[in-house]
Amino acid sequence: MFDGFLDDLKRMNKRQFLYQVLSFGMIVSSALMIWKGLMVFTGSESPIVVVLSGSMEPAFHRGDLLFLTNYEEEPVRVGEIVVFKIEGRDIPIVHRVLKIHEKNNGTIKFLTKGDNNSVDDRGLYAPGQQWLEKTDMVGRARGFLPYVGMVTILMNEYPKVKFAVLACLGLYVLVHRE
Amino acid sequence: MHSLLARGNAVLAYTLSVLVTLTFACFLSTIMVDYRTATEMKTLKIEVKNLPEYGVSKKLNDLGHITFNLDTDILFFITINLFNWNVKQLFVYMTAEYETPTNELNQIILWDKIILRGENSNLHLKNMRTKYYFWDDGNGLRGNKNVTLTLSYNIIPNVGRLPIIGAIGSHTFSFPSQYTR
Repeated sequence: MFDGFLDDLKRMNKRQFLYQVLSFGMIVSSALMIWKGLMVFTGSESPIVVVLSGSMEPAFHRGDLLFLTNYEEEPVRVGEIVVFKIEGRDIPIVHRVLKIHEKNNGTIKFLTKGDNNSVDDRGLYAPGQQWLEKTDMVGRARGFLPYVGMVTILMNEYPKVKFAVLACLGLYVLVHRE
Repeated sequence: MHSLLARGNAVLAYTLSVLVTLTFACFLSTIMVDYRTATEMKTLKIEVKNLPEYGVSKKLNDLGHITFNLDTDILFFITINLFNWNVKQLFVYMTAEYETPTNELNQIILWDKIILRGENSNLHLKNMRTKYYFWDDGNGLRGNKNVTLTLSYNIIPNVGRLPIIGAIGSHTFSFPSQYTR
């Protein structure tokens, strides 16, 4: 099988090879465009997130996908599932809003809790932090798709899988001819 | 042409496209469903205390204590009357909403319950205590005349939107003007 690929590669002339490289570049750049376009469209810095922990079980399990929006004019209300970032933690957290207090000047502070946790999130926040604010928020969950995120979890936990998949895809695109 | 690789690829691709189509059909089939339902609530005992919330601040805050009755047939309504295959779980929660001189809007979840598909969800709760503490952000509970309890539920589907629906019906009560010692 691999010999076949090599033969194909040898039979290509320079122009054909360049064409394949360019079409590979097209695929990568259009994927990037879709992602950036989604960011503009949803107002969230990360419009699709993978659930990484079991703290929202049985609603969300590890590997489920969530679609987020983060529109400025939409108020935060209790019961909503929000994704937020904590200073000093790389991974955003997906939890439900438990309490909100909105001041007369419009500033809002809120407290979250995971459905599967027995206590609220004050222990997860940065030391001394009691409340979340709107600037901490990455988005709120709007759509749900099960299992699909398992692929990215697999790739992140076993980097060899990631490189193997990337290598196969790259080779296929470069060698494949219409 | 008919190698193992080609056949395997065809089978995988076909399986995947069938799964995607079915999932999308499941999402589309329930996009317009109206999930609203009615509920009845009543408060029984109402007290307010003034204590420091340990671990949060040293200041004295108002802490409300209520017991309540709750009557509703949510999942019964959703699964029997609408027979909906795209409901995996309900997250039912009771919210207290009120206004204080410092905060124009306060919302606190006092009680919640996760109801999985197939579980009994004819909720007829009598003389319930709240599941979470009713801490105010300051001293706005004593003598507050207008605290509204509402029931909402977040529908977790198998695939699709995550709607939050407010049940029809609410209950308004006032806190006493004296702290309970």
